[in-house]
Amino acid sequence: MRAEIPTLLGGLALGITSALAQTGDLTIPKSIEAGAAFTIQCGGSGKGTLYIAGPAQLIKQDIQLGSSVEIASGSLFNAGHYAVWCASESSAQTGSIDVRPAQKPSDLTFIAKPSRLPVALHNAITGSAYVFDTYGNLITKPMQISFQLANQGSAPQTRTMETRSGAAWTQMDSAPHEGKAQFTARVGDVSSTRIVGQVPGDPCNIKMSARPAGNKIQLVTEPVKDCSGNAISDGTIVTFTAAYGAEKTTVDVPLKKGIASVEIPAHRGATISVASGVVLGNQIRWAQ
Amino acid sequence: MIRTMLLLSAMTTAVSAFAADEPSVHVQQPHLQGPRELQETTAKAVVQNYLDSWQSMRKALDQNRTDLIDRDFVGSAREKLAATIKQQAAAGVHTTYRDRSHDVQILFYSPEGLSIQLADDVEYDVQLSSGAKSLGTQQVKTRYIVVLTPSEVRWRVRIFQAEAQ
Repeated sequence: MRAEIPTLLGGLALGITSALAQTGDLTIPKSIEAGAAFTIQCGGSGKGTLYIAGPAQLIKQDIQLGSSVEIASGSLFNAGHYAVWCASESSAQTGSIDVRPAQKPSDLTFIAKPSRLPVALHNAITGSAYVFDTYGNLITKPMQISFQLANQGSAPQTRTMETRSGAAWTQMDSAPHEGKAQFTARVGDVSSTRIVGQVPGDPCNIKMSARPAGNKIQLVTEPVKDCSGNAISDGTIVTFTAAYGAEKTTVDVPLKKGIASVEIPAHRGATISVASGVVLGNQIRWAQ
Repeated sequence: MIRTMLLLSAMTTAVSAFAADEPSVHVQQPHLQGPRELQETTAKAVVQNYLDSWQSMRKALDQNRTDLIDRDFVGSAREKLAATIKQQAAAGVHTTYRDRSHDVQILFYSPEGLSIQLADDVEYDVQLSSGAKSLGTQQVKTRYIVVLTPSEVRWRVRIFQAEAQ
């Protein structure tokens, strides 16, 4: 029973607050759009002070009780819930007002990942976006947002999504051909673009040929390409391996203008192979 | 995953019940959009960091100190909160928030892992005071939409916005 006393007192205190709220006629709109002008009327007479308080904003204004108070356009602009007090020396009237985000999108936070990736990967590019109004409020009302990934030489991929609580996301395929793609998110008149670099994938196959060069063998690959036909970047390492009896010679060669070339000692009966990363090329048995 | 979140919910509620001043907390199972899987440790950390942010906000708005929000708020949420604190100080008032209950649900984990959005049906009391004089207390029940982003060691609140009821 003792434990209930503070609760009772607390309830009484809240009851007083409520009673004060009912002593006057506080007229206030239930909700407004961010930045809109509106009118508050506090009951009673004499001078008082109006407080509109929330975590996102506070407005204090001296008022004449019983008269309408105009809150100017652009004054209360951060979306959220606000508690309202009309305070005088002897009483306080309370109410509340919700501020909704403006309906028109004005800004877009758009994150695209990754910024660089191999070609021809399914759903490998992701984009996520949040939509804001002119005051930086998250627009939580569902909106259509379009995502477009435009590559040179191929039709753009487009997805239209609906925002949920202000957020939307999508996934896109990387293009079959290397190059920079423009990844754009658009809602209403607002858009944001990110650049996604698409680079060749792993080599698809490697073919080399061999010919005598004095007492050596010259090994040369054909232009090394990925499975979509994109030339593999210069600098990619190609490994030549020659096995002769118990002896084994390995040479790493960077691609130069798309091909790799090297000279190795010639041994009759040697087995020569070529590889890049995990991709194996053809094998040659040197018979000369 | 569902079992994990229910466990998380039960744990959080149980922990909260020990401290009378602490709000009761219920964490619903995530209703995720997006392809990224939400790990249990991530979900726990996000919810805990979010609840911590209420404590920071409560102290900051009560004491009119902007430095108290630096740990938990970033970006526009921090800017708006800091502006409110300055407005309160200029007006000679302070607000005392007491969050009584939270009902949290994670809604969105962005594909690249750089943001998590949650909704919180929260009940709190807010008291407005001018100096030492209380001008009254209001009970509020509203829904917050919150976006948190990762920083060095914790998730910080970047968007903190109550929805119109």
